[in-house]
Amino acid sequence: MHGFANPKRFLSLAAWLTPLLMLSGLVVSAGALAWGLFNVAPDQLMGETVRIMFLHVPTAWLGMGGWTTIAISSLAFLVWKHPLAAIAARAAAVPGMVFTAICLATGSIWGRPTWGTWWVWDGRLTSMLVLLFLYAGYLALSQAVEQEGGSSKIPAIFGLVGAINIPIINRSVVWWNSLHQPPSITAGKSAIDPEFLGPLLIATLGFSLLFGGIMLARMRALIANVQAEARLRRKAVEVA
Amino acid sequence: MIRESLDQWDFVILAYVVGVLGTLAMVGWSWLAMRRAEKRRDEVKRK
Repeated sequence: MHGFANPKRFLSLAAWLTPLLMLSGLVVSAGALAWGLFNVAPDQLMGETVRIMFLHVPTAWLGMGGWTTIAISSLAFLVWKHPLAAIAARAAAVPGMVFTAICLATGSIWGRPTWGTWWVWDGRLTSMLVLLFLYAGYLALSQAVEQEGGSSKIPAIFGLVGAINIPIINRSVVWWNSLHQPPSITAGKSAIDPEFLGPLLIATLGFSLLFGGIMLARMRALIANVQAEARLRRKAVEVA
Repeated sequence: MIRESLDQWDFVILAYVVGVLGTLAMVGWSWLAMRRAEKRRDEVKRK
């Protein structure tokens, strides 16, 4: 694992992995969404709106997965001081934030015909909204540290502290009364009809591949910026 | 009594438009930002 912390080795791996993950993610996600949209029967209770699940659930998992990646990478950065770990944490923030926003938007669109309201301030929805704000704060903090030259430890600590919200999101439907349904898929068990489970799992795989591709693209962009800035600084010193 | 009649497909289509466009925009933006950053680094190296 530590071998991949070498930026040169990482970049040679990411050069072919980035387009591969993005293209395969697009194909698999498109296939799963088309399957869910055109090939699945309406649900007995939810009717046609069950199809929103194939977008909503994968983006919810990846919204939480994004922050888990930030927390693990931040811990790796704080413990082993790998600069690549700090870059990985920062790179996970954009896809994590966008998937969280899509999860909130699609959940709200699903809620209107199902619950009769676009939004309720219950545990699950509120903790997911808090996650969106945490992402915005993390990105702003990382940007400020980069521009002002502060310590990368500050966003790493923020990333670790913010991880408290992940188990809160996960358990919110169990701890508090909620309009949101309880967990349908737990370790080894599923309450979802197999007809829905197929496209749901494949959509999750497709969006996960996209997440990986976007994260690698962000890492490559951040590394290229660091390398360009370092070279410009070196040149400025030589000229002086 | 007034009953609101909602076409569920309108909500399904709206959710898919938001989700698919948001995802595609993020994929496109991250790819272009990466290419731009790597091009700038290569130009700085050449100078």
